Amino acid sequence: MADSYYDPADLRKFGKITEWSEELGNKFFDYYGKVFEEGALSAREKSLIALAVAHVVKCPYCIDAYTKDGLQKGITKEEMMEAVHAGAAIESGATLVHGVQMMNKYNKLSM
Amino acid sequence: MATKSLKARHNALVTDNKQLEILEGGIFENGELPYFKDKIAQIGQFPLRPKKLEILQINVGYMCNQVCEHCHVDAGPDRKEIMTRETMEQCLEVIRNTAAHTLDLTGGAPEMNPNFRWFVEEAAKAGVQDFIVRSNLTIIRANKKYYDLPEFFKKYNIHVISSMPHYTRGKTDKQRGEGVFDKSIKALQELNAVGYGMPDSSLRLDLVYNPSGAFLPGDQSALERDFKKALKEDFEINFHNLFSITNLPIARFLDYLIASGNYEDYMYSLVESYNPSAVENVMCTNTISVSWDGWLYDCDFNQMLGLKVASKIKHIKDYNEDILTDRNIIVSQHCFGCTAGAGSSCQGSVT
Repeated sequence: MADSYYDPADLRKFGKITEWSEELGNKFFDYYGKVFEEGALSAREKSLIALAVAHVVKCPYCIDAYTKDGLQKGITKEEMMEAVHAGAAIESGATLVHGVQMMNKYNKLSM
Repeated sequence: MATKSLKARHNALVTDNKQLEILEGGIFENGELPYFKDKIAQIGQFPLRPKKLEILQINVGYMCNQVCEHCHVDAGPDRKEIMTRETMEQCLEVIRNTAAHTLDLTGGAPEMNPNFRWFVEEAAKAGVQDFIVRSNLTIIRANKKYYDLPEFFKKYNIHVISSMPHYTRGKTDKQRGEGVFDKSIKALQELNAVGYGMPDSSLRLDLVYNPSGAFLPGDQSALERDFKKALKEDFEINFHNLFSITNLPIARFLDYLIASGNYEDYMYSLVESYNPSAVENVMCTNTISVSWDGWLYDCDFNQMLGLKVASKIKHIKDYNEDILTDRNIIVSQHCFGCTAGAGSSCQGSVT
């Protein structure tokens, strides 16, 4: 076993989760595969969304996977970085919008 | 970016056995990854056998005006291997009699062979159905003597297939060299100007996309859509089809994979993307590759690895299509490059 929590080689073993719960694993991978097919959104657009979410959930496996996926789809580094900013903006916005709650509470408690 | 070929740099890789040693050893030898021959044996395709010959691909020399980072030919200005007129005569004899419907000239930059135009004129007389020249585009702008190439191609109804790794300057120049993007755009505009690549034109202009790095090409039709949109909007350029081609771990691309620490991951990607249905149509089953000095190979990649056909006919001067077709195709781990995902060939995806 590796002596750190994240090992890049583990990404290749992702499919193995099915071995310990075949039905759920297969259902997940079927669903996952279907989600990223061309649909109302292009596979390219979905790849950029996945990259942004990968950063927001801070998953190093997903970041590696969707950086590579973006390269395969011809996505430029500028597009990738803008997607990361979109994710970061929502994440920081989600923090900051709670500032309204803080303001509400402050105002309610203050004379 | 390197300006010399691996050969000129005396890089140990290009001594053929060294490349094969790497491809046969390491993660394959220790069982981490399966051998290609075992994978195709599972679907009853080993030994791999040719079908009807359709494409005669002739490499007229390794000299090129570019030194692309991914080049499996290890081509460049310092390569002196050029097909002689004598070997071309031998090729013409074969072209006149072959059952193949496609003639595919490649290099290096084929246009740099001093007998290139003569060879095209003579070969065109044989009435080949599809006569391809793989032009790197920048050659058209490299020197005044090449400026009329679009008109020359048109005169002989040549099907032009050109490399274009991306529709942005940065990615293109990183793979192919400074200034390549702008020259390629200019060359494409000139080809369009004489009628190449226009929507209803019979003058075929196709582009080849090679990934510029250690990753596989994405979906060919999606890439074609993106390339068409960007090149049309930004430069008013038209072309017919985009062929996406997987980089095979040979010569400069293998050197790059090893030097950048990507070799093992890349081989994993190829093996994990192995698609049994792509095996059916791999190009070695319908192509013969001829080297600048007339030797025969299953494909351009085997040519660069020095793996001559496993047939008693090994040279163009002894050419016999029936005997040649009755042979086993030589495979190694680089073959995973042609069976990954949608498959890959000089004509793009194969599934």
